[in-house]
Amino acid sequence: MGTVLATGNQAAGQVLAMAGEANRSARGCGGGAYPITPQTEIAEYLTGHQFAKGSFVTAESEHSAMAVCIGASVMGARSFTASSSNGLLYMTENVFAAGYCRLPLVMVVCNRTIGPPWNIWVDQGDSLAMRDSAWLQFYCESHQDLVDTILLSFRVAEDERVLLPAMVAQDGFLISHTAMRVDIPEQGEVDRYLPALRLPQRLRPDHPVLYGSITLPRETENHRRDLEAAMAQVPIVLAEAIDEFESVFGRRPHGAFSAEQTADADAVLVASSTMSRTARRVVERRRARGEKIGLVGAKLFRPFLRPELVGAIGSAKRVAVLDRNLSPGSGGIFWNEVAVSLRQRADVVLQGYLMGLGGGDVTDGHVEAALDDLLGLAESGEPVFFPARVA
Amino acid sequence: MNAHVADGLLRAGNANCAGCGMTLGLRWFGEALAGTTPLLAIPPCCATVTSGLFPTTAYHAPGIATTFASSAAVGSGMSRVLRQNNEDQPVVCWTGDGGTYDIGMATLSAAAERNEDVIYVCYDNEIYGNTGGQRSSATPMGAKTTTSARGKVERKKDIMAIMAAHRVPYAASLSLAHHDDFVRKVKLALGLGGFRFLLMLSPCPAGWKCQPDESVALVRMAVGCGIYPVFEVFDGVRYRVNVRPDGTPLEDYLARQKRFKSEGLDVDFLQADVSARWTQLRALEEASPAEDEECATLDDVQTPAVAVSCEVRS
Repeated sequence: MGTVLATGNQAAGQVLAMAGEANRSARGCGGGAYPITPQTEIAEYLTGHQFAKGSFVTAESEHSAMAVCIGASVMGARSFTASSSNGLLYMTENVFAAGYCRLPLVMVVCNRTIGPPWNIWVDQGDSLAMRDSAWLQFYCESHQDLVDTILLSFRVAEDERVLLPAMVAQDGFLISHTAMRVDIPEQGEVDRYLPALRLPQRLRPDHPVLYGSITLPRETENHRRDLEAAMAQVPIVLAEAIDEFESVFGRRPHGAFSAEQTADADAVLVASSTMSRTARRVVERRRARGEKIGLVGAKLFRPFLRPELVGAIGSAKRVAVLDRNLSPGSGGIFWNEVAVSLRQRADVVLQGYLMGLGGGDVTDGHVEAALDDLLGLAESGEPVFFPARVA
Repeated sequence: MNAHVADGLLRAGNANCAGCGMTLGLRWFGEALAGTTPLLAIPPCCATVTSGLFPTTAYHAPGIATTFASSAAVGSGMSRVLRQNNEDQPVVCWTGDGGTYDIGMATLSAAAERNEDVIYVCYDNEIYGNTGGQRSSATPMGAKTTTSARGKVERKKDIMAIMAAHRVPYAASLSLAHHDDFVRKVKLALGLGGFRFLLMLSPCPAGWKCQPDESVALVRMAVGCGIYPVFEVFDGVRYRVNVRPDGTPLEDYLARQKRFKSEGLDVDFLQADVSARWTQLRALEEASPAEDEECATLDDVQTPAVAVSCEVRS
């Protein structure tokens, strides 16, 4: 298809549909969709698309939309959907069911503030609330990153070593509703990248089993250990998927964490989603002034690859984490993960900055100020709202 | 009988309670399947317990354990994928009244509205049986449950009217005291496409506080006194009553179950409610009767000879 001008939602809808079409020689695709701002255009695209083998159900709720995906998936179809905010929360029970049933669905989440009070703008709290649901979670920084990560996520989710669903998050409106130049692959390339889905637990008439029925504590613990073991395979499978991506599509998306100018950095910013791009500009500006500042763009949140993060941060002695989300009573959710990852680095001054909550601007100025704050700290502190007062 | 167990839906070795109506229903449903293997969507309910511990199962068919409210939606997804692969196995949602009348109502309504190619069976024990007997909107007025200790104040929801209002291709109530009519209707449903709803009054001795060996007799009395009408509706508009009340006193049905020994039971009100429902049903049937040929298709199982009287004691 080549380079087009597309919003995040247009690009996501097209690439999801291509992934579905790529399974046409096998069991096809299917799922359920339900509208919620700012995800609605993806639901419209999927329900309007004429699949060679597949159809989308216009469900009566997100809870049922995910239930339809579960039913389609367990019959061997490639299944996917999209949601946001309270819709995702309404879907929660079946989000967990899909994860615990090891169904390799892909869901695009347009991050949106949870209400009430109602607010349609970006905040990562919705998908992060799903962090314990046994789904992979990717946070995309750009339109191209979104396209590439959707394709990567199918490849990783469906790998028999993983077999877990994947959530691909884009910032509501900042990506979903802005148009950018983006490379959309050809169907033939997607066909090559995404082989036919072979679901080991697909229901077959000659094999009576009630999939997901009752287990006792011992089997349940084994199930949880299996989930953890599957998550542990993600770094290997993701690395292979990136290599293969490069050979098919000719460009190389970054993996769990980008490590940008961190090798000699004194201080590192850790940021996710579009905040990464703002932080990147700040880092480039500071580097131009001779300051040794680096950036870690955090894309993969589940599994959270702690050794990789520590490696990406390198020898920097100061780390700032930017969180566009809040776990009330605990601070930023990325900060929590980074703090645990750095638990053996007593030499690091770590500070979490809560910014852009509810879709507030995260400007270069905000990031510059947070960085200045970090550079002036004597020791690590509790996460702070930043800037301290909202104008 | 053993032939049902060997070839049907429910295999030997399940741990269901003695006198469980749903268990008998599974066997008769399996008989009607006549060797066809369905794909099951079962929400958490007694029918999940029926299956036993994973990975063993008492069902002679594959299925998925869905979340409570989701069976009709999961079944929709399953059915779509089967059909797009030119596979014709029936998808059967096998659910209780809690998963149907209450928490699954929106899901059920939506799947019916979309006319998904699914057979939805509600075994209605008029109680949240699996959690120890709480009231649902299927619990009859006057019945004691653990959450309606003085007898339920509200009337039972009329699920058949609700499904008929969706104008689904087929909706029918099945009687566990009328084997041939039961099997005929399941076979008829299996031969149709689109959304099919089957209701089955399912005695629960633990919840109804009745004798396990009286379950079938209780259903016969429920049908006989008119509190459980046995009929079928085509496209939501053409009606056929299959078994008419035979004059069994409502009090006799109630007296056999300790759940109705409650201060909140008003037999006169309940009787009036039953009579009103029958007045309505008779009018519907008279105004828009089902064709003979659509009621007795597919095989030689005949509609039982229609009995005695349309009149209900009042």
